[in-house]
This record gives sequence, C-alpha cells and structure tokens, in this order.
Amino acid sequence: MPITVALDRCTDDPREFIERAAPTHPSLIDTHHQLSELYHLVNVPTIIWIDEQGRVVRPHDSQFGTDTFTAFHHKQSAPYLDMIRAWVRQGEGALDADEVRGHLPRPSQQSQHARAERTLAWHLHQQGQSEAAERHFDLACELAPNDWTIRRGSMPIRGQNPFGPDFFALAEEGAPEYGMESVTPTREEA
Amino acid sequence: MTTPFTLLHDGQSDTIEASISRGDVRIAPELIHQALGWKLEPEGLCKAGMCVPVPVGNHGELVGDDGIDLAGLAKALDSPLALDLTERAGALGTPAFERGAMLESLEAPDFSLPDLAGRMHSLSDHRGKKVLLIAYASW
Repeated sequence: MPITVALDRCTDDPREFIERAAPTHPSLIDTHHQLSELYHLVNVPTIIWIDEQGRVVRPHDSQFGTDTFTAFHHKQSAPYLDMIRAWVRQGEGALDADEVRGHLPRPSQQSQHARAERTLAWHLHQQGQSEAAERHFDLACELAPNDWTIRRGSMPIRGQNPFGPDFFALAEEGAPEYGMESVTPTREEA
Repeated sequence: MTTPFTLLHDGQSDTIEASISRGDVRIAPELIHQALGWKLEPEGLCKAGMCVPVPVGNHGELVGDDGIDLAGLAKALDSPLALDLTERAGALGTPAFERGAMLESLEAPDFSLPDLAGRMHSLSDHRGKKVLLIAYASW
C-alpha cells in the first residue's frame, strides 16, 4: 500500500499532480511538516518501507519512480522499482533491525531547533506577519543548512522559485543524502 | 500584567496568558500544566508519572512571581524553543533524544493527515499490509 505525502504549503500546490495521477492509495498533504518531524526527513522524495507489523524495514532513501531527473541526481528508477516488486511479491529486500539502525538518520538538538524555528516561521506567515516569518525562516535555514525540507521547502512560502536561481545556488552545495547507496544500488555507472 | 501568547507545541496551537518582560516569557504554573502537562514538583518537572530532575536551587529561577520561565522550562526538558517576543509567539519542539529514541525503536511513528478532500488518513489504518511511505513535494 503506497501512502504518498506532499510536504506542501497548501492543497493547491500538489493538486495537479494528485489529480493527474488519480491514485487509489491515500495521497495526503502535510502543510505543517509533521512527517519531517516524526521521521527526520531532510529532503524529498524520501521513501520508507514499513512492514505489516508497522516496523521500518528499509529506512529513509531518496529514490525515484521515473528517470525524468536522472541527469541531475544520477539514480535509476528501474532497479528500485524491481526492489519494490521483489519486496511486495516475495518479501525480499527488507533489512534486518541492525541494518536499519545502521542507516537511520539521527536528529540533533540543532536540527530539532531548526524545526521549531520553521514551525514558528510557518505560523507567523499564516498570521500575515511576513517580516517576522522571514527572520525565523532564516534562522531555521542557518541551523539546518542540510535540510532541504526547510531550505527548499520554504522557497514557495517566501516567494522564491524552488526551480530557479535560488535553488541552483542551493544545489551547488550538493543534495542531502541518507547514505543508503550500499543497500540500494541505483546509481548510474560513471 | 499578562498578554495573550501563542504557544505552538505537539502539532497544536494554544493561546495562553503570559508575562513578557526583560526578554523572557513567564506563564502561570497552572496554565503550563494545562497546556503542556508539566507540573513543577519537589522532584522536578513531572508529567504522566515521569519526572525530569530540576535542582531545588534552580526552582527559584524557574518559577518567579509571574510564573514559570518558558526558556528555563525548555532548557530543563532539553526541548528546543523558537521564540518571537515581539509577535508574542513561540514553538516548543521535541528533544533530539526523544525523537531519536522513537526512530531507534524501529516502530514507524503513526500520523494522521488529510487528503485533497479533507478526509483524514492514518498510517495505523494500514497495519497488516506492507506500506511504502513516500514523502514528496511540488518543490
């Protein structure tokens, strides 16, 4: 059962994608970034495998269902889709508890503080206090420079283009990674 | 003199009376207990049968005539606090150790979120099935 969650500022932002996909699975919107907080997400897309008992069997992984942006992120979708099929059909590919723990992203006090600043910034923005919101978005970005759910996710809220020059500048720093390459070999051959 | 203060915590928003002066925010103990569930006892800050020790010598600093110092409370709980005194709002976050411990347990944290039609869905609705949780965004 896929559950897709859009970390967007309102239902209208992902609406077009959801309606076009016409999913039969739950397709949800997370305007307060509840999922980022609970699962310590630092970018999208992030995929987590959860078994029938509600346990994580493959933690945060940034993988893609198509090759639309492979030129940018150098990951291939076909091997990953094969892995998903093997898991669903034959139960293969789930990691054991030690392996999952070995790859878990771990929040720090600083990254948690960044999330608190983002929560405050989003609230102030919704209240129409744009200048105050800006200050707290800035603080959040400084505290968690490697968290694109904050740095890129806040761009539409702040009137910046997440596909424009501000994003290209951010991309120069390199996208955050979850370190799953050794267990999810989808990188293109150089 | 108190003024309404918005405290964001645990995914909710409470407006409570606070004294804002000299760069700090103080809230009456009963309002802290009502909003956050924490109560300052001789053992320390207690909630749901669990206590965080606060040295008795620090109680005076933490609790003044105007109430409990919010920043002091956050520090005692190891909780991050984002504060905006001008806008009279603050966000109390979850400590890293608590979030980390939840992830270490390997139990996927439950959540409830709306779909486009506003219907709420929870992860726990799908216990008994393999779930592929996919976070994405229009950005």
